[in-house]
Order: sequence, then C-alpha cells, then structure tokens
Amino acid sequence: MSLVSVDHVGFSYARGRKVLDGVSLAIREGASVGLVGESGSGKTTLLRLLLGLQRPDAGRISFDGAPLETRSARFMRGYRRQVQAVFQDPYSSLDPRQNVLGIVSEPLRWLGVAGDRHELVQAALEAVGLERDILKRYPHEFSGGQRQRIAIARAIVAKPRLLLADEAVSALDLSTRIRIVELLKQLAAQMTLVFVSHDLGVVAALCEEIVILERGRIVEAGPTRQILDAPQHPYTRTLLASVPRMPA
Amino acid sequence: MGVANVTAILKIQNLNLSAAGIPLVNELSLTIAPGERVGLIGESGSGKSLTAMAATGLLSRAITARGSVVLGGQQVIGAPDRVLNGLRGTVAAFVFQEPLTALDPLMRVGRQVAEPLRRRWRRDGRDIGGRELDRAVTELLEQVALPQPERIAQAYPHEISGGQRQRVAIAMALACRPQLLIADEPTTALDVTTQAEIIRLLDGLVRERNMALLFISHDLPVVAGIVDRVLVLRKGLVVEQGRVGAVFASPQHEYTQALVAAARTLDTALGGAA
Repeated sequence: MSLVSVDHVGFSYARGRKVLDGVSLAIREGASVGLVGESGSGKTTLLRLLLGLQRPDAGRISFDGAPLETRSARFMRGYRRQVQAVFQDPYSSLDPRQNVLGIVSEPLRWLGVAGDRHELVQAALEAVGLERDILKRYPHEFSGGQRQRIAIARAIVAKPRLLLADEAVSALDLSTRIRIVELLKQLAAQMTLVFVSHDLGVVAALCEEIVILERGRIVEAGPTRQILDAPQHPYTRTLLASVPRMPA
Repeated sequence: MGVANVTAILKIQNLNLSAAGIPLVNELSLTIAPGERVGLIGESGSGKSLTAMAATGLLSRAITARGSVVLGGQQVIGAPDRVLNGLRGTVAAFVFQEPLTALDPLMRVGRQVAEPLRRRWRRDGRDIGGRELDRAVTELLEQVALPQPERIAQAYPHEISGGQRQRVAIAMALACRPQLLIADEPTTALDVTTQAEIIRLLDGLVRERNMALLFISHDLPVVAGIVDRVLVLRKGLVVEQGRVGAVFASPQHEYTQALVAAARTLDTALGGAA
C-alpha cells in the first residue's frame, strides 16, 4: 500500500484558473520522489495540499490509507506528527527571537511528544551534522547552510514518516547546496521524502523517482534514471535540453 | 580625457573596495578587450556584483574604492556623475538579475525602451519622436525576439512574463549600442527553459554586434556556455583565472576545485540527459 495517495486532485485559488488538474500520484513508504516543474506548474500547491494547508477542490489525498481530514484539529495534530516540511529560505523560516533549542523543540511542544526534549533535540542536531552545544545560540549567528540544517533538525525531531521539502536547497550557494543534498539523501534512507524543485540536477542527485509537472498536470512520472535517459513527453525533453551542462 | 590603454574597453587595476573599514574586494585586476567575453564566478559575498558596479561607477557612497577602473578610456573612480553618465549605456550597459525591479512598474514598456533610444539620438545630434520613435522601439523589441512587439510596447511590466521582461531589459541595454554588456545573474530568476532562451539570445546579440561581455554568475554551467575566460572570486579575492574550458577541466585552486566538483556532481547525476 502507498504511504501517500493522490487521486484525481484538482485545485484553484479563488476564482483563478486550475492550478492542479486531475493529478494522481502514489508514493510508497521509503520512496524519495522529486516533484519537478517550472513556475506555475503547481508543484508548490501540490506540496501545500500534501501538508494539509489547503484542501483539494476535486479528488482526494490519503495518508496511510486514510483520507486527510484537514478540518479536524485532532486529525491534523496526529498528521503533523508524521508529516513535516522544510522550506526554501533559511533566513525567514527560523524565528529570530528563539534560540536553537526553542526552534528545534517547537514541534515536540506543539505535538506533545513524550520524552526528554533536550535529548531529542540533541539527537536531531547530531543527525543533521550540527554540534550539540549550539542550543543557546540564535539563528543570526549561523550561515545559510547551517540555518537550513537547523530547519531540517526541526522537521525531523518528532521522527516524521514523511518529509516534504520545498526548494529546500535553492537559496544556498553551490558548495553548501551539495552538502545539504547529501544530508537529505542520508535522511531519505530513514523516511519518505518528497522534494519539490525546479532544479533537475539536484533532483537527479537526490531522488529515486521523478514526477514532472507542467501547468497543473503530471506529464510524466517514473524512476529517475528512466526519465532522464529516455524521456517520453515532449515537455520533459524540452526541460532536459534546457538544463545548462558542464563542458566535458 | 585619459588615454590609458586604448585597446581595452575595461581595465581594472588593483581595485580595492571596502565598507566601514571592512575589505570587500582586494587587489582585483581585470581587462576586457573589444568583443571579449569574460565571466566572473563566485558565491554570495564574493564581491562579484560589487566589482561590476565599480566598473560603471554605480557603487553606493558607503563603499570606498581604491585603485584604477578605466572604462572606455576614462577613469571611473572619483569621476563626477556628468562623466559617468556619458559612459553608461554608450560604453557599458547593465542587465540585472531581477527584471521586475529594473523596470518602472508604472510606465508602459514602450516608453521605457524609448528613453535610452532618444538619448542615443540626442548624442548623435538628432531629436526624434512620434511615429519614428515608435517604429524604433518596435524594431528594438523585435531584435530581442519578443513576439507581438507592438502589443508588448503598450503593456505594463506586470502584464508580461519574467522572460519577456528580461528581454525588455536587454533591449534597453542595447538601445545605446554599448561596446560592453555587463550581465549580473541575468537568468537566475528565470525558469530553466526561459533561461536557455535568454542565454541563446544574449549569445547571438553579443556576437552580431561584436560587443564585449562581462557575465556574472554563481552558476558554472551557465557561465561555461557563454564566456571564453573566467575569474573565480572568493571573499573579494581572485583565486583563479583562465580559459573557461581549462579552468573547469583542471581547476588549480582548492576553492575552484570544490566548486567544479559540486557542479560536476549535479551534472553527472543528470547523465547523458537524453
């Protein structure tokens, strides 16, 4: 059975055009899936639906066999425990007034996770390659890459089954980006990862499967190697041909 | 007028930039000959954009510049605005990363493109308006491969796409027929398919008009596709420079090696990319 199943989902923002149209997708437990598309493809909207921040107009989304009840606070609390997210900008996603302990332990407090919070936070920091003794420090003391590690530590501290990442490495410098991709790859071995990105190179390096979105529709989906080596849809081919390449 | 090096369009020697005593760029030297294409590569904070701003005298007053920047035979450092205005657009023109901020949101695209065109004609001792100006605007928009140039001339910046806005910005940069085009991350804000189109456009325009190009980017493969020579900047220091093929094939400095390795990791993951 799939961990996440998206069935014929459609969505539009108030009186706008359809942002998602007939999107169906099954994500099995343990998979690492890249949602790839350009601006207006609907990739971020799909991620928001998966997070339960927005409800589909048509179709439905299920997690572990049960449909998402986005209107039930109780359901959402349980859902949040299992599904966490990392966003693009590490400069705006961390509360500047809280120290690292406060930031990373927030999901534990909010979700009422039992156990020694200090211990769980330190384990999460260690898992993302940060020192254990930074608990009392504040976001502004860290570089972009370190901030993104803190954001990832917060996302994994409650041990979610599904990690959603929205352009999580796009704002980072190249050398930092590679290190965060490596980190996410390690984490993807322990949980299910859905990685939204416009960057095919990053997705190819990180994800086992790729879903290509164009203007709200899935045009192609499959194993990464297969999509890259033998793209079937004309849009996928255009996308691949547009990626600038290193000289041989 | 200074006659320092008549052959180079831009000659930067031992440029030092600092703000409040903090060094930002150290002893940077860079020469661009007519028709030459040079890339400036670096990560955030490397000083690559500051260097480009210094080249055209666009630095903020908070930044202290020492050394020499000669653009079109004219010393830029310490030069009054009157002198700099004569160089901007005609000797060197700029294309920035975010076309939405480079364009006036309240002015129709056509009028914005008309301004530098008029400036050029005035420089040549002509004053043109009306139909003739409209026609010249349309022509320029055609040259940057904008579809329906008459319609786009009538549009406000928010009514056209990001790629189209960048084409408009390029048209404005070309209006005064500069000898040097400075492009600072011109495709970073664009989608990958649009990026490919804009790079192709820039490549073609620079070649046709035999312009020199200073291309600033953090994106190695993009740089590789458009320049001949690169300088790698790190924390205000040029750590390596040379032919782009040679630098990317066998980087000498540790930092360049790390950058090239990172770019290759992503590139290799793509495989042959069909």
